[in-house]
Amino acid sequence: MSAGPALLRVEGLETHFPVRTGPLHRVTGAVRAVDGVDLVVEAGKTLALVGESGCGKTTVGRSILGLERPRAGRILFDGVDLLALDRAGFAPYRKRIQMVFQDPAAALDPRMRIREAVAEGMVAFGIGTSRSERTEIVASLLARVKLDPDVMSRYPHQLSGGQRQRVSIARALAVDPELVVCDESVSALDVSIQAQILNLLADLQRERRLAYLFITHDLGVVRHVADRVAVMYLGQVVEEGPVARVFDAPAHPYTEGLLAAAPSLDPDRGPRPVVVRGDVPSPSNPPPGCRFHTRCPHVFARCRVEPPPTFDVDGGMSRCFLREP
Amino acid sequence: MSDTVLDVGDLRTSFPSAEGRVDVVDRVSFDVGAGETVALVGESGCGKSMTALSIMRLVPKPGRVEGGSIRVGARDVRTLPVAEMRRVRGGDVSMIFQEPMTSLNPVQRCGRQIVEAIRLHHPESSEEARRRARDLFGEVGIPDAEARLDAYPHQLSGGMRQRVMIAMALASRPKLLIADEPTTALDVTIQAQILELLRTLQREHRMAVLLITHDLGIVNEIADRVLVMYAGRIIEEGGRRDVLARPGHPYTRGLLRSLPGVVERGARLEEIAGVVPRPSEWGAGCRFTNRCPLAFDPCAGTEAPRVEVGARHVAWCHAAARDEGGRS
Repeated sequence: MSAGPALLRVEGLETHFPVRTGPLHRVTGAVRAVDGVDLVVEAGKTLALVGESGCGKTTVGRSILGLERPRAGRILFDGVDLLALDRAGFAPYRKRIQMVFQDPAAALDPRMRIREAVAEGMVAFGIGTSRSERTEIVASLLARVKLDPDVMSRYPHQLSGGQRQRVSIARALAVDPELVVCDESVSALDVSIQAQILNLLADLQRERRLAYLFITHDLGVVRHVADRVAVMYLGQVVEEGPVARVFDAPAHPYTEGLLAAAPSLDPDRGPRPVVVRGDVPSPSNPPPGCRFHTRCPHVFARCRVEPPPTFDVDGGMSRCFLREP
Repeated sequence: MSDTVLDVGDLRTSFPSAEGRVDVVDRVSFDVGAGETVALVGESGCGKSMTALSIMRLVPKPGRVEGGSIRVGARDVRTLPVAEMRRVRGGDVSMIFQEPMTSLNPVQRCGRQIVEAIRLHHPESSEEARRRARDLFGEVGIPDAEARLDAYPHQLSGGMRQRVMIAMALASRPKLLIADEPTTALDVTIQAQILELLRTLQREHRMAVLLITHDLGIVNEIADRVLVMYAGRIIEEGGRRDVLARPGHPYTRGLLRSLPGVVERGARLEEIAGVVPRPSEWGAGCRFTNRCPLAFDPCAGTEAPRVEVGARHVAWCHAAARDEGGRS
């Protein structure tokens, strides 16, 4: 992993969900949504967490924010293990870590005016001494995310999707965080609006030295925003590394397949051949050995029985026997 | 292209607004030939899905088709009696949607639904129909077809459900397939497989395909020709390669440049300033004027002219007209 100063270090994270069946809803199994994940986010940098639906990327983000109860592992923020803290001990970290969700319509209270929505966190953390001072801060935040000050008195449903996402960003910034977890924050937006939001996030990162954990399925977005990228498959990170290396020379067959499957905009290139076939197996019953072996074009006997460890690859790692030194 | 399967002329579809009825599909004309894939591309609210629903005569109330012609083969489906239209839908013309769960009956096994679709248009015994259903499942790449016929939709993955829907759409051997964002809800590795399937099926059956999408990457993967829609109107039309490599309309250019992954990493993405105008804000001129970097005097007030920017490549744009005029 990287040598820079880690703002966030996730080690061996496991977050499972019980599967209940039968008339008594007995626990009969577990969805192993996150099953041994290691990640590092450096201060002021962007780590993209990429993978397809059900791979566990959102659960990683929610676990970091204290919205899920991991069963094992450590989440070290600035050296402190968040999972070892009680409620009171965790409280200050709610300020230092913020989240921007995919659907701002769901993230904003429909009955709360924009002024209140943006100021809510400031009130909770005692930022600003008076209502008028907080209103001033809200106005400057809205101006920073390029919203007209008159949206302050409006309700979320009166704004467009792009405007609502700007409000969500202003709301996250209001408490002056160090890490922002962006969970598919631009996925629901039309491309012309998506470009505006991505540019805004990039500017804010520079101005405030924000670190982003950028959770997305969109490889174009990853390539554009990230310094490093971690690729998840069925609850595990299968490859991690600097974004240029991962895109130019993927070191895991799944990463290769993902990159091959993404439609390109090069008009001179014909349709891409399908590399990865079939569906993702169920995370409640992941395949033995390498979890990707059921879809891997390079599978051999050992992959079916032995789970591959991580191997160092050019500034990162790959969880594939092909990378064994 | 040779034989025209779908020919849409001056189609207008309106919805009521505070200012009276507004044509959210405004004089849209295009055609799709046998064996050809035409992509109708644009951002949300541009009218692309409403165009598709107009063709199927499924525009939800209080919307209605106001004018124009919609010819499928020799028939104008716009004036067809309701009973005959029902035979066209799922007969000569099939449609698949973004979310298969909204089209499949959740309390009926997949097999029964597809057998029903087959027998609706081809009177055959239920055993024959079931055999054909099994063949169709095989054709769309559903492994273990016999077992999957007995599955309920919720027991299948998203990719499998989309395959079931495609199989149902193919049951009548349609001449025209309308696919509205067929892979948008799917993961990329599944999307790639579904696009490959659509390409294969089209080649084998020489179907005409009208693909509705917001994703220019998918357009590049599968389309022969592209229609770009903005605020109810087609603003550019041309071959896939021409439109993507040499876009003739400033909106198309802006769309392509605003995509992450095209510009150098870390560089600023080109923004299209502002937002799409609401139908109530549509003026007499070009509807892209308020966001257009090239806008000049005539744009806001007069309708944009049709300009041939290349061989069978057209843009509706005052700036393009000026540039063409300057050159000739």
